[in-house]
Amino acid sequence: MAVMTYREALNLALREELTRDPNVFVIGEEVGLYEGAYKVTQGLLKEFGPKRIVDTPIAESGFTGVGIGAAMVGLRPVVEMMTFNFALLALDQIVNSAAKLHYMSGGQYNVPLVIRGPGGPAHQLAAQHSQSMEVYFYHVPGLKVVRPSTPMDAKGLLKAAIRDDNPVIFIESETLYNVKGEVPEDPDFVIPLGQAVVRREGTDVTVVAYMGMMYRAMEAAEELAKDGISVEIVDPRSLQPLDTATIIGSVRKTHRAVVVEAGAGFAGMGSEIATEITEEAFDDLDAPVLRVTGAQAPMPYARNLERAKTPTKEKIADAIRRVCYANGSR
Amino acid sequence: MPRTVLEPRFQVEYLSVLDAEGSLDSALDPGLPPAELKRLYRAMLLGRRLDERMVRLQRQGRIGTFAPIKGQEASQLGSVAVLRPTDWMVPSFRETAAMIWRGWPIEKLLLFFAGHLEGGQPAPDQRDLPITIPVSTQLPHAVGLAYAAQYREDDVIVMAYFGDGATSEGDFHEALNFAGVWHVPVVFVCQNNQWAISVPLKKQTNSKTIAQKALAYGLPGIQVDGNDVLAVYAASREAVARARAGDGPTLIECVTYRLGVHTTADDPTKYRSAEEVAEWERRDPLTRFAAYLKRKRLLDEGLEAAVDEEIAAAVARFEATGVADPLVMFDHVYAELPPDLKAQREALAEGLRSGEPGRREKHEPSPPMRGQRSGKR
Ligand SMILES: Cc1ncc(C[n+]2csc(CCOP(=O)(O)OP(=O)(O)O)c2C)c(N)n1
Ligand SMILES: [Mg+2]
Repeated sequence: MAVMTYREALNLALREELTRDPNVFVIGEEVGLYEGAYKVTQGLLKEFGPKRIVDTPIAESGFTGVGIGAAMVGLRPVVEMMTFNFALLALDQIVNSAAKLHYMSGGQYNVPLVIRGPGGPAHQLAAQHSQSMEVYFYHVPGLKVVRPSTPMDAKGLLKAAIRDDNPVIFIESETLYNVKGEVPEDPDFVIPLGQAVVRREGTDVTVVAYMGMMYRAMEAAEELAKDGISVEIVDPRSLQPLDTATIIGSVRKTHRAVVVEAGAGFAGMGSEIATEITEEAFDDLDAPVLRVTGAQAPMPYARNLERAKTPTKEKIADAIRRVCYANGSR
Repeated sequence: MPRTVLEPRFQVEYLSVLDAEGSLDSALDPGLPPAELKRLYRAMLLGRRLDERMVRLQRQGRIGTFAPIKGQEASQLGSVAVLRPTDWMVPSFRETAAMIWRGWPIEKLLLFFAGHLEGGQPAPDQRDLPITIPVSTQLPHAVGLAYAAQYREDDVIVMAYFGDGATSEGDFHEALNFAGVWHVPVVFVCQNNQWAISVPLKKQTNSKTIAQKALAYGLPGIQVDGNDVLAVYAASREAVARARAGDGPTLIECVTYRLGVHTTADDPTKYRSAEEVAEWERRDPLTRFAAYLKRKRLLDEGLEAAVDEEIAAAVARFEATGVADPLVMFDHVYAELPPDLKAQREALAEGLRSGEPGRREKHEPSPPMRGQRSGKR
């Protein structure tokens, strides 16, 4: 194990996969000379050359489509979105081509493509530049969607995504690039897609959360431990496929669940997870499943408004207390 | 501080070899051997006759909506004929004749339009992409295939098809731009059939030609008489040679006309005149090529009957195929069958067996058991 940042873990995963498989190449805006808008591709151009680290014109639909074409003949493109907000310009390519060409070709052409970059709320990046993007993708049959919360997951899941024979949407976070953690240096370390992880064991309530929200939930859990509430935190890591077994298993143990998500709540991941829990474990529940979500509004620019828009540690703690009927209103 | 002309040399050529009467400009003759000329004509005739047969099959409800090719046979075959089997062909949705030239069995194409997933499955060694519906989105894929060829130093080229309307889409411009910047071996073939459903070319673009759009991206563009199979062949052969030699992409604009409906769901009499259609019927690509071949004594007696027989046999094979198996819809969603899809597949199979298709066994609600649950609270 080595201690490194989330950014370094991603960089290491890319380096290892580029070294292991000559079919892997990186393509996107500013990935070469500039080494990535968030420096995830640092050093790669120097090490692997311009054929494999490809700077493109500013055309998200175009380079995503190019990646799809190259993937169909067995290359393994890693397409970088400068931020996932800009992936909306490639939405047709992702939804109608990447996700469907394997199906439409009767299984003849795989699309082993990774589209990666930061997404989700960041610090004061405002309406068009700071939003949870996973909702646009996990609804689509044919896509896999990953949200890695820790440096170890960033490395293990990115490697799994690159080796996967399907298109994988891999959404990182601006707010996590500098987070440090232990990361295995073993080049064969991969984390299979579709396996949730229990970040913290507890007995009273299950909280499902990922990315920044997972860290806030951990803080809330620490605080609630002082009041004698034991919180279990499940991080799904991959939203499609979703490891419902781990989530349901935890709820069967704790009998209560809170789902946290950074984006607007309407028809979000929280709705899906709450539904899965209700369908699978209704009889195990001692309280309705609660969601803690972002407000139904674009991300504001001002710091205080941004804080009001996103779930805070306090809001998460409050929801946990409520499902435990420990909010004084018992 | 002068004000000067920077690039006075931009030019777009127009190429025509056979006129509407089938007279040849021998200086421009691509010089195809007789057997190749006969093969091209047969493919054009088959394309036309199959198209007519497919319209009837659609009217009878035996296949679904499709986009007929009538009038565009020369554009498709003159271009696709210069490819090697190892090259890539990227169709849009109106390339029946080109697909058949590339080896799609007719019955497979019919199966596709009857909704069978297998109909869209290229043979394992076939280098054709499936039919695509969102206009222009296949063009970046073509550039990706060409990028992969360059990446692997593979001696293949890519030919991509699209319409005049498609040139208004962003993906068209992005694809040409990428191809220009990277100098990849791709040939863009625009079948300018004058209409995008009900929108005529002059409402699609204010450019005088589509070919000139290539110049903005630093690649050559040429306009050809798309109803003249020899002109299309000559221009395509040149473009493919350029691509194969490593000299980059080309845009070919085939000026042609959609003589029939946009799709079988369309009625063009609502938006264009009978006179206009009649005018283009006089420039029919088959008539002129037949006249030319006849003069060269290369037109075989009984060709039409032979072609019809081939189509009839394929239609019979198509009709002998049973209905589509609903369970296959899950099989190629992912490269592997994930557990949740497997469960849905099994539930559907069970439903089909028991006569209740679509029931999701997994989520059958259990009876209310509040307070009766075993285990510790
Ligand atoms: C992105 C997209 N927008 C709209 C449509 C609907 N549509 C189908 S065909 C067509 C016209 C295409 O015209 P053109 O590119 O000239 O091709 P043609 O049909 O004439 O062969 C349109 C608008 C579509 N399929 N995809
Ligand atoms: Mg058209």
